[in-house]
Amino acid sequence: MSETIVIAETRDGELHPVTAELVSAANNLGDSTTIVVPSTNDAAANSASSIAGVSKVIACVGDCFAAYDAASWAEAIDSCAPSGVIVCAASQNGKDLASRLAARRSISVVQDVVGIDGGTLTQPIYSGKAMQNLSLNGDAAISVRANTFAAAGDGGSAEVSVMNQSADVATAVREMIAKASERLDVAEADIIISGGRGMQDPANFANLERLADTLGAAVGASRAAVDTWEEIPHSMQVGQTGKTVNPSLYIAVGISGAIQHLAGMRTSKYIVAINKDPEAPIFKHADYGIVSTWEDALPVLEAELKALLG
Amino acid sequence: MGFQSKGCTLRGTGDKMTEIAVLVKRVPDTNAQILVSGDRVDLSAVKWVMSPYDEFALEAAMLHKEAKGGNVTAITLGNADCDKVLKDAKAVGVDRIIRVWDDSWSELDSNQAQSALANVIRDLGINIVYCGKSAADTGAGSTGPGVAERLGWASASNIIGLEFEDTGVEAMVPAATGNARTGVSLPAVISCDKGFCKPRKPNVKGIMMAKRAQVEVMSSDIPSSSVNIISHSPPPKKAPGQTFEGASEVPRVVAALRNDANVI
Ligand SMILES: Cc1cc2nc3c(=O)[nH]c(=O)nc-3n(C[C@H](O)[C@H](O)[C@H](O)COP(=O)(O)OP(=O)(O)OC[C@H]3O[C@@H](n4cnc5c(N)ncnc54)[C@H](O)[C@@H]3O)c2cc1C
Ligand SMILES: Nc1ncnc2c1ncn2[C@@H]1O[C@H](COP(=O)(O)O)[C@@H](O)[C@H]1O
Repeated sequence: MSETIVIAETRDGELHPVTAELVSAANNLGDSTTIVVPSTNDAAANSASSIAGVSKVIACVGDCFAAYDAASWAEAIDSCAPSGVIVCAASQNGKDLASRLAARRSISVVQDVVGIDGGTLTQPIYSGKAMQNLSLNGDAAISVRANTFAAAGDGGSAEVSVMNQSADVATAVREMIAKASERLDVAEADIIISGGRGMQDPANFANLERLADTLGAAVGASRAAVDTWEEIPHSMQVGQTGKTVNPSLYIAVGISGAIQHLAGMRTSKYIVAINKDPEAPIFKHADYGIVSTWEDALPVLEAELKALLG
Repeated sequence: MGFQSKGCTLRGTGDKMTEIAVLVKRVPDTNAQILVSGDRVDLSAVKWVMSPYDEFALEAAMLHKEAKGGNVTAITLGNADCDKVLKDAKAVGVDRIIRVWDDSWSELDSNQAQSALANVIRDLGINIVYCGKSAADTGAGSTGPGVAERLGWASASNIIGLEFEDTGVEAMVPAATGNARTGVSLPAVISCDKGFCKPRKPNVKGIMMAKRAQVEVMSSDIPSSSVNIISHSPPPKKAPGQTFEGASEVPRVVAALRNDANVI
């Protein structure tokens, strides 16, 4: 009876794996799930059709999808998507798009959903210091945080229909300033290893980078690290005034665990803390706390992980 | 020198003055403890402040005026308790302060709040709106793009750099692969991250002016709400963690991550 519409998350025109998690979220909410895949061509939509539990795939194809532009994306997607509850990823663009789509349809938007139980949605408020439980009476657009739902499997074979759209872009990218490093962004990563002021010198972050390479992880930082050292960019900052992350594993090294840092990472599935001070507040939130200097602990960690993961 | 450079950039968009608005919200201080009593958060004891990113939005609005002329209107949506954030904005030099409210309203959902803000912004003839990338209470980041959509305007969100141009702005927008230097024509809504400017502090004269300033109150039609808040609850308690002493215990933690937690 009720239809749920997943707006696929894409990166550089390819389907992002979080889309399969959104399908699980949608199947929790409604009886029938449609995926709308915004792209300049139908390739990503074809890969979405193999996600299990999807009744229909709509390839929303248009030139406007070459770069993110909120206004034209919302216009084009709105005309492809049937009515119902819209589900986006709680990524930077996913949340922006959810807001636009909701406004376009004059419905409400509920961001950062971390739980769906029957008709009850749960979202963090006050940076995770409390949770808000709500129900919808009517359509809405919601965004769902990564790692909230297990990804739907594959083996589906939903029909793909292509809908060509044209919408005028309202903003124009004049220049892309590529990231200095090829490193994974903390907002994208399933494992994050972050360093704080306890790392003592930005050069010591190289130890974290080597571990990150072994784990396929991103490197993050506390605000104290970002503020103290020019070499550590704000884009690495996790916390209230940095990025909010929800990885499977968060490893905090030389980070005290201030409330504003916790605000950005407390929902991580597993937290490991390495800190030399047994009284550091981070230990209260860690699943596994290691009381040690990083100088002692990281070489052992690196050796163990190399042995395990190659 | 400063005089001259000011003189040649004073013109706004075409013949029309740039009408700048900034959205400022009253929120609990980010250090405040948030208690849940019964099934609602109890905010009776918290200290209230202007939402941190709104300070950057306010500074951006003031810089825009200084670069291109025009007027800055600070707008908040909320009851009379929210006058203080408007006075704070007045103290750093905004021209006009407006509170959007109707005594028949209580808590508004996003659809209602954005509609009210968008209606007032339209009525005021504003052509650029600055707001925070997300408010410290909701963390949502919905208002900027939502208001823009309702007005049929362009928007750029989470911006970390800003240049003022005669018919728009150039914003630095973070993207997955780097930062996009993005041209945005007016009218537009710009939601601000921190880092590209340093919010100014009010001076004594500003504070005195703010004391005397009148808050204008405006109302608007709003749609009905489509979300029901059932309850608030404290964050889920995690099972107590384990603590290990010394680097020699690291292999046990790695084994647990592998075998118990299944995350590596
Ligand atoms: C409005 C506001 C917003 C903020 N936003 C953020 C935010 O987004 N993100 C954020 O992180 N912070 C934020 N903060 C700052 C926050 O309050 C803390 O100051 C900050 O998180 C501290 O960073 P830290 O843990 O790296 O440094 P510290 O608190 O200095 O802790 C360093 C830790 O390293 C340990 N250590 C030292 N040497 C070693 C060693 N050799 N081996 C192992 N451990 C060692 C110490 O025991 C200590 O616990 C914000 C603050 C405010 C007021
Ligand atoms: N009630 C409000 N009054 C004024 N501005 C608001 C209000 N709610 C949200 N905003 C603005 O929109 C931004 C994002 O809010 P949010 O969408 O709740 O994360 C805030 O930083 C403010 O600039």
